[in-house]
Amino acid sequence: MIIDLARFVAAERPYWAELEKTLERIERYPEQHLELDALLRFHELYERASADLAKIETFASEPELRRYLEDLVARAYGEIHETREKQRRLNLWRWFTETFPQAFRRRLRPFLLSAAVTVAGCLFGGMALHIDPDAKPVLMPFPNLNESPAERVHKEETASKDRLAGQKSTFAAELMTHNTQVAIFTMAMGITWGAGTAIALFYNGVILGAVGYDYIAGGQTPFLLGWLLPHGAVEIPSILLGGQAGFLLAGALIGWGSRKTRRDRLREISRDLVTIIFGAALLLVWAGIVESFFSQYHQPVIPYALKIAFGLTELVVLAIFLARSGRRAR
Amino acid sequence: MRAARANTLLLRTPEGVLFTLPLASPVSRFLAWIVDVACIATASGVVEKILGALGVINKGVANATYIVAYFVISIGYGIAFEWYWRGQTLGKRALRLRVMDEQALKLDFSQVVVRNLLRFIDAFPALYLVGGIASFASRRFQRLGDLAASTIVVRNPGTAQPDLQQLLGGKYNSLLEHRHLAARLRQRATPEAASVALEAVLRRDEFDPQARLQLFAELAEHFRSLVDFPPEIVEQLSDEQYVRNVVAILY
Repeated sequence: MIIDLARFVAAERPYWAELEKTLERIERYPEQHLELDALLRFHELYERASADLAKIETFASEPELRRYLEDLVARAYGEIHETREKQRRLNLWRWFTETFPQAFRRRLRPFLLSAAVTVAGCLFGGMALHIDPDAKPVLMPFPNLNESPAERVHKEETASKDRLAGQKSTFAAELMTHNTQVAIFTMAMGITWGAGTAIALFYNGVILGAVGYDYIAGGQTPFLLGWLLPHGAVEIPSILLGGQAGFLLAGALIGWGSRKTRRDRLREISRDLVTIIFGAALLLVWAGIVESFFSQYHQPVIPYALKIAFGLTELVVLAIFLARSGRRAR
Repeated sequence: MRAARANTLLLRTPEGVLFTLPLASPVSRFLAWIVDVACIATASGVVEKILGALGVINKGVANATYIVAYFVISIGYGIAFEWYWRGQTLGKRALRLRVMDEQALKLDFSQVVVRNLLRFIDAFPALYLVGGIASFASRRFQRLGDLAASTIVVRNPGTAQPDLQQLLGGKYNSLLEHRHLAARLRQRATPEAASVALEAVLRRDEFDPQARLQLFAELAEHFRSLVDFPPEIVEQLSDEQYVRNVVAILY
């Protein structure tokens, strides 16, 4: 009724141990490649363990041994049948200057969609405030934005005390973490087939558009640009990158015009998605520092022309970086 | 590949070998998450204490470092552990769970990141309500993060080689003195009964004393009903020893 388990285990145990050892080596040093001989031996051991598993399933109902072999076969199966390129050890500089901009360019359409939805939100926010100025507290639900732009500008320009004194680092950390959460949330909402991502981007756009219209209509354009551009030149594109990742996820879930399975589509985009969202998070660290240490200081402390020039320079550098960096790299 | 039963995923390799992966239930995953939350809270608490001491020098920098550290710990905890421990966090390790690719292929770093970042949605609005509903609704108990990352969470019973020495150690077996009766026992015992007996012997130290006595009494009674060994051979044997001898004959 049953195979001679003792003899079977005694005969096969050395092969299982060898397979386990090889697997441990592969898993511990994923960047290393096996020599051809070692690779052939690995495959042979995998096939042998698979055959042992088949024997155990056919001839003996021994669950512990079966589970052990299933685990061994499953691990080896994962290594042997994985077709994605092996991951290299992370080189942060190379990742930031090559992998990140390359992933951005490869997935440009979701970024353009992300930008279009935000611009639509901006137009809506500006129009809504133009048509109904009383809707300001609804469109801009932040207490510091509800006073008139002229009042705020006067207050900021005549301030004798640094209201962020001793708190700039904390404020920068809060901005970094909050904005990164917003970017991740915008990406994660892609799981709703993109609807959540679109709503999040549109809502951001509405606030931005309403604020912009409020200050421009109030004759405070230099203040607005000097206040928003230094950090917004990096922060807003970073949120758009979150939207890009969200629409990328949504596109893979929906799969319009693709004959691949949902699983294959998701596998295809997952590395780019992670690269883009990590890139956005890194940019938001810079944006948080600039917003806390630079954006909150206005004329006469820092002239608006300097702040606007700084913001525009950042925007141009970011655009060139995303458009051209890593083009020559493979 | 198909879901063999509600809590098991059955995979067939291109070589034609079938193997099963026992899926972790949402309840066990929730328990693992509670352990992980405790770990994150502890780590954050330690960081807060250390930075609290540094706050004497510069409070602003200490506060900022804590805010960033808490954010990195709460998001990076799952990513770091699941990557370095091949699909396990401390909570998952405690409950013997493991994240795997849904086709049992190698877990990619991007999969680990995606499933952890999607926690922002799964945890919404509180206590993983969205993720819990998604898990119960999913055939493979996948929350939204698992669906996006093409991952599953399996129960990992451990990979140590089974210790058969305790049965096969060459101890004297009085039942083998009557080889024709031993052969009859082999013929009459079903694979299921043999399997249960083997499991009972291998795991006998895990049982409560009372449960252990009762289990071996029932098993011994079952095997005694199959074959009548001479009373002088079996009357000195405890139920547990009787079952061990039976298992040594069957295997």
